[in-house]
Amino acid sequence: MFSDSLRIVWVYPDLLSTYGDRGNALILASRAQRRGYPVEVLEVRSDQPLPATADIYLVGGGEDGPQALGAQRLIADGGLHRAVAQGSVVFGVCAGYQILGSSFFAKGTKYAGLELLDLSSDRGPSRAIGELAGTIDPRLDLPPLSGFENHGGRTHLGPEVSPLAQLTAGIGNDTRTEGAWRGKLLGTYSHGPALARNPALADLLLRWAVGVNQLPPLDDTWSNRLRAERHAAVAAAARP
Amino acid sequence: MPLRAKVASSVSRTAAALSRAAGRGDGSVIGGWIGLKIDPELLAHLAAGRAIALVSGTNGKTTTTRLATAAVGVLGKVATNSFGANMPTGHTSALAKAGSTPYAVLEVDEHYLAQVLDATDAHVVALLNLSRDQLDRAREVAMMAQLWRAALIRHPDLRVIANADDPMVVWAATPPTNHDPRITPPKVVWFSAGQRWHDDSWVCPECGSTIARQDNQWWCTGCPLRRPQPQWSVEDDGVIDPTGAWHKVQLQLPGTVNLGNAATALAVAAEFGVRPVDAVLQLSSVTSIAGRYAQVERDGRLIRLLLAKNPASWLEAFDMADEAPTLLSINARDPDGLDTSWLFDVDFSPLRGRQVLITGDRAFDLAVRLDVNNVPFQHVRSFTEAIQSVPSGRLEVIANYTAFQDIRAELDRVL
Repeated sequence: MFSDSLRIVWVYPDLLSTYGDRGNALILASRAQRRGYPVEVLEVRSDQPLPATADIYLVGGGEDGPQALGAQRLIADGGLHRAVAQGSVVFGVCAGYQILGSSFFAKGTKYAGLELLDLSSDRGPSRAIGELAGTIDPRLDLPPLSGFENHGGRTHLGPEVSPLAQLTAGIGNDTRTEGAWRGKLLGTYSHGPALARNPALADLLLRWAVGVNQLPPLDDTWSNRLRAERHAAVAAAARP
Repeated sequence: MPLRAKVASSVSRTAAALSRAAGRGDGSVIGGWIGLKIDPELLAHLAAGRAIALVSGTNGKTTTTRLATAAVGVLGKVATNSFGANMPTGHTSALAKAGSTPYAVLEVDEHYLAQVLDATDAHVVALLNLSRDQLDRAREVAMMAQLWRAALIRHPDLRVIANADDPMVVWAATPPTNHDPRITPPKVVWFSAGQRWHDDSWVCPECGSTIARQDNQWWCTGCPLRRPQPQWSVEDDGVIDPTGAWHKVQLQLPGTVNLGNAATALAVAAEFGVRPVDAVLQLSSVTSIAGRYAQVERDGRLIRLLLAKNPASWLEAFDMADEAPTLLSINARDPDGLDTSWLFDVDFSPLRGRQVLITGDRAFDLAVRLDVNNVPFQHVRSFTEAIQSVPSGRLEVIANYTAFQDIRAELDRVL
């Protein structure tokens, strides 16, 4: 685990990369480096073995075909399971979030997931596209979630996981809750560069990885302005 | 032309003229919309008897259409949808307005290519590229390639001019292995224009294996799909034709990407029998395209407008722009797509060392992106403030669709 440098793995950018998923790796690396942590970002393609000893694994969004293929290759590879057993942090976004559960639907077919989180996904009546906002689980002690969602899935949480947030806007898992977490595993429908709007969530993943309760503050002027603007836009849209 | 189509065509022209006169728009959509309401077959009627070339792809289609129109113009009058109104309503308006011309070159939105191929029975189609663009509503890249592929096989007499450097385009232009052997697939002429953006074609659309790249070659590691040998290519500041002859291209448009567009335009014109040596002279007549690349002087600043709509076109814009103060403007209104996530697919580091200003509805999204990218910037609230914030001399403006239109309006509809 975390020793001399922080190792971040972007899992299968050849399959699980749409909507600026690269952003989460860039943001985590940048926030760690600005605190003086040396960082290594590894982009591991789906034809390569997944190293099991990295600190943070990012599983991004993908179209139906690549999502199914990505899940099959991750199950066959076994690296992510070994990493989780050793206490690594996993952050799943959109299709990557669904993959962490026990099953999901792609192109009308049910596929097995990685069973790392106690949840399953199926198809909703309509595609969820738009702003997402919610109050994050108080145990995580984070400011409200802000994001943009674009997915056709609905996700049902089992008793082993907790919702990441209670929604104030958007569809998320089921129109009431959004995302899920357990231990150092966390998933969200807030797609693409989800951490751009949620620097405190980025820092939570970094704290889990590094094993500290606090990190030195950074200048988050622009993230905060962006968050304020997006929350205001959501509030304005909600007014009759 | 049947009477119904004549009436529809006439009403369409009138509506377009009324729309322009009323200041409601340039009339390039409304006329076609009304015409098609009266006669749903109007586009087919208007297309009949003309030799038509279609130009489609994610990026460069407006510019390539203008260049190809200029090149084909050697032969006579060419109808074209020069306002970028690139759906069937726009094509209908353009043909109705042009009257009877022997030729037409039409820009086609990639989603409508199959429909417009069927309606116009085009002779030539140029397929430029396919990459991610407004993913919150557009179809996936691979699905678009599949739609193109299915459409092309239905037109055996069509001549396809396709980009050898884009695996998605090559796959779309190649008939499926299980296609009916009694049907001859359309003949393909390949061009090479180079491609900076690779992130949507790492996975083979045929077999799902990884696509390998070296120098300008690419090949699938799991099946026979690979880069075909191009007949047309770009070398230095010119274009090599299928006979191996090199033609110097003098464009009024910046960037190597436009040299590639010129090669495509010459290939289109050649299908109509225009010799490259004649066509190439026409290309330098194209200056700005609906404000794109336009240069305007304001308060001692020489302002140049560049449109960048998606990650691939941002990379091209950085290449076109001079090392000068640069204003970036981002909106996320309906025509732009509501999602700004793509900002993280663009590497803004080429802008380091330039004075960077940002504005637009979604400037804060861009601010966070630039901060992570270690590109210093200054936020301005208006275009006027931007002009006042830079020294006299060149100001490059790179904006996405509605942001571009906003700035164009501030500059009084430059053309």
